[in-house]
Amino acid sequence: MSLLFEPTPDGAGRYYDWILNGLGWTLSLALGAWTIALVVGTLVGVARTLGSGILPKLGRVYVETFRNVPLLVQMFFWYFVLPELLPARIGLAIKQMEPPWASFVPALICLGLFTAARIAEQVRAGVQALPAGQTQAAFALGLSRTRMYRLVLLPQAFRIILPTLTNEFMTIFKNTSVALTIGLVELTATAREINENTFRTFEAFGVVTIVYLVIALLAWQLMQRIERAAQLPGFASGISRT
Amino acid sequence: MMVDLSAIAAAMPFLMKGLLFTVQITLVGVTGGVVFGSLLAVARLSQNRILSALSGAYVNLMRSIPLILVIFWVFFLVPWAIGWVTRSARPVAVGASLTIYVTFVLFEAAYYAEILRAGFRSISPGQYAACAALGLSKLNTYIYVIFPQAIRNVLPILLTQTISLFQDTSLVYVISATDLLGAASKIAQRDGRLVEMYLTVGVIYFVFCYTASQLVKRLQGRLAYGTR
Repeated sequence: MSLLFEPTPDGAGRYYDWILNGLGWTLSLALGAWTIALVVGTLVGVARTLGSGILPKLGRVYVETFRNVPLLVQMFFWYFVLPELLPARIGLAIKQMEPPWASFVPALICLGLFTAARIAEQVRAGVQALPAGQTQAAFALGLSRTRMYRLVLLPQAFRIILPTLTNEFMTIFKNTSVALTIGLVELTATAREINENTFRTFEAFGVVTIVYLVIALLAWQLMQRIERAAQLPGFASGISRT
Repeated sequence: MMVDLSAIAAAMPFLMKGLLFTVQITLVGVTGGVVFGSLLAVARLSQNRILSALSGAYVNLMRSIPLILVIFWVFFLVPWAIGWVTRSARPVAVGASLTIYVTFVLFEAAYYAEILRAGFRSISPGQYAACAALGLSKLNTYIYVIFPQAIRNVLPILLTQTISLFQDTSLVYVISATDLLGAASKIAQRDGRLVEMYLTVGVIYFVFCYTASQLVKRLQGRLAYGTR
């Protein structure tokens, strides 16, 4: 792995600087998108449990759309297609963003909204897994619908779906690699660049593979801790993992 | 901006060619993935500790790294590996499609293995004991008794994974292959028709995946009724 300590062709540093830079973009994209996904996913998931009216239908349209189109096609939509569909002035402003942001921002929105659809399904499953008595008790206590979700249903639902959320959290780090197709130099793109500069394929891709393994391990550890701390008595194993 | 329908119509034959390749990758991926995945799952559940650990390491490695990275690995490694096997001095050039087939079998097998492992574990130990009592060999136990029941138990999940495999094939774009998305992007760049092309393939993917997922949902309901 001596490759890491050799100077880069631009003379600005060594190859480990490139790796760290790529890692920085991978982590920022994953964590930023995860935040968006949790917020939007919770809202859409709740909307889908509301029973009647237009909101559950809109929630379903959201989930089906984002789940049935490949992530890469969605990436291209936010990057290539949307600026053309918007009014010319806004479209141009988007296209003229500074280099890393011009790909980072679309990638962030894309990955956030994509993952939100998957989280929404889990939130819905979590809320529906709760006994009907919880909703009835909340009504009997005179809680408004907002407070019922915020104080009674969601805190329990989230603890039930934690195991499946762990899966999703680990997936989002891997999915950040799709952003390389719109020009974000994250980890995988970094490996490709180092390979193109040095032709040392094994080392370049080997290092990055190890970095992904470490990320996966750390993400899993973190979620295991949260799972243990938040375990719900009586729902110990969560809903079915399969 | 106006969407030009005639551009879409003109591109259709080429897009359909791309779609054909997408379907081919999916078929190879699901066939090879389920076969290799079953072997991995059986190895994982075997009494042999080394075999079980090796299979577990493979599955966890594949599931921890992005598919795009695996595509790059295979793209660079396969020519080198074939060169080594045939003892030629230089890496042997292979077509993009072989690289892609190999990638998807290796990668998807890890996901199918986890699903099948859950399937194998859903079979009660009594079945294994009964097979042993009937004098079936281990191989025959799996082929005739365990596998058919396990597949049935996890069929909806297997099919859902296959839908996501179908979507994942779009990532072969990174080595410039001409699948559905690759075909669209080539026309998009040649004619400057980004909006038309990407919206069209988005709709095509949606129609396929939505229909398939609705069918899986229906099947799931029917299977659940049959077993409970």
